[in-house]
Amino acid sequence: MSATPTAEPVPTVTSSTELTASGVPAAAALALGDDALVLSHRLGEWAGHAPVLEEEVALANIALDLLGQARVLLSLVGDEDELAFLREERSFRNLQLVEQPNGDFAHTIARQFYFSVHQHLLYGQLAVTGGPFAGLAAKAVKEVAYHQDHAEHWIARLGDGTAESHERMQRACDALWRFTGEMFEPVDGLEVDLMALEARWLERVTAVLERATLTVPSGARTGAWSAGAGRQGLHTESFGRMLAEMQHLHRSHPGASW
Amino acid sequence: MTAVTADAYEAAFDAAVAADERIEPRDWMPEAYRATLVRQMAQHAHSEIIGMQPEANWITRAPSLRRKAILMAKVQDEAGHGLYLYSAAETLGTSRDELLDKLHTGRQKYSSIFNYPTLTWADVGAIGWLVDGAAITNQVPLCRCSYGPYARAMVRICKEESFHQRQGYELLLTLSRGTPEQHAMAQDAVDRWWWPSLMMFGPPDDASAHSAQSMAWKIKRHSNDELRQRFVDICVPQAESLGLTLPDPDLRWNEERGHHDFGAIDWAEFQAVLKGNGPCNEQRIDQRRRAHEEGAWVRDAAAAYAEKHQAAQHTESVEATA
Repeated sequence: MSATPTAEPVPTVTSSTELTASGVPAAAALALGDDALVLSHRLGEWAGHAPVLEEEVALANIALDLLGQARVLLSLVGDEDELAFLREERSFRNLQLVEQPNGDFAHTIARQFYFSVHQHLLYGQLAVTGGPFAGLAAKAVKEVAYHQDHAEHWIARLGDGTAESHERMQRACDALWRFTGEMFEPVDGLEVDLMALEARWLERVTAVLERATLTVPSGARTGAWSAGAGRQGLHTESFGRMLAEMQHLHRSHPGASW
Repeated sequence: MTAVTADAYEAAFDAAVAADERIEPRDWMPEAYRATLVRQMAQHAHSEIIGMQPEANWITRAPSLRRKAILMAKVQDEAGHGLYLYSAAETLGTSRDELLDKLHTGRQKYSSIFNYPTLTWADVGAIGWLVDGAAITNQVPLCRCSYGPYARAMVRICKEESFHQRQGYELLLTLSRGTPEQHAMAQDAVDRWWWPSLMMFGPPDDASAHSAQSMAWKIKRHSNDELRQRFVDICVPQAESLGLTLPDPDLRWNEERGHHDFGAIDWAEFQAVLKGNGPCNEQRIDQRRRAHEEGAWVRDAAAAYAEKHQAAQHTESVEATA
């Protein structure tokens, strides 16, 4: 069949063991690329709404770093725009954590904190183990160190700020806790020691929360729905609406160049 | 201060302005000069942060990842420009909080252009090409403004703005050469943004309230009408290259003047938008106020944390020296 890419626009999800032309495990590139793409989009929703001008700059900065990472990773798998704008919700492989709505500033910070600590550890490992993602990870890990630092500073300020900020920060950390187990589910083609990663993640998160006078959430971090569901293409309700907004213009003009 | 020394200060100020020297924050300056600068720099800073809204409106719908990155970076630059300009204004003895409060309560203005809506993706291109283009035409002379901190802030801002203007032009060019629907989208955006862009230069010279004094102080270097003419002359050939038309049947080259003649501007619309009756005046200020109010607990927390932390550091250093 000689269909043009636009006539048959839905890229199929690559099978788990498939390698791209450059020898990169496609499923892993897609998982990491979708994490970055989706979180970048959520952060982009803050533009014009941030609590202080410095945060307009900071949140946009993090969003831009993540978008840059997403573009590199998705381009390893295929056409970045086809992958971003023409896949259906069930074909996205991002963590459910990163698709969670912004909520208040505390929720955005909690989401960023959980994810950045994880991403920093993961990319740190990928950078030194020399696999197919080593080059990308070595560059990204420097960016992510800043994201983590930014989030941790806000965890401290909000946790140990006023009574209201403490309560909001605690509530946000609690609410997103159940989405954090998924970060340590295996992803095909991603050669990392997940047990060690999880232990170091917990250690860091505990230290930062306690220093901020916050309580480490005690709820389950895995469950029937939340464990690994995003990586299998099962998402939460708000994600479909996010994609509808993100994809609408691109899909309204099939075959157009922008 | 006695009358004699006041006169001497004023004479020194006048001489510095006449010699094209920069006035710096610690220099003596007439109160009216200070007030004019605060008003103008605040309005400029407010325009940057309100101007984020119509463009941010399209970040989540940008049709390619490349365009999304460009747009996010642009909106981020505007926040950055707001930061420099508020800082520059603070050198005149005001504060960002005070200026934001004046914006939120309608006591200071921002550029009226941002009271128009961005209805399609092409509007992002039209804003870059026309609105940033008009802003640059206005702002390049401000790099030589008599007040040092403002002039220096403008050097950096103008560099970034001209980058934005080229990106907007390139976006429109892509649409103009794209599908018929994309071309129509680009033309529609130019049709809607052309006249408001011409209004960005302010009222005609004979009706401009602040112009003469600002020119004498070298805050302003060219009249509104001069800059408007310069902008029209720049845009006409660019529109031709874009393959788009400017919505003015009276637009034509005048050999004698060496400039383009253009049609009459609807100053009644300009005044109406300025007075608060544009399509988005309320929406823009409401969003700004809401972001500020909803962010209050975050700013309060940061202040409380800084205070605790500072107090703790102070105690530590006292203990260390004891």
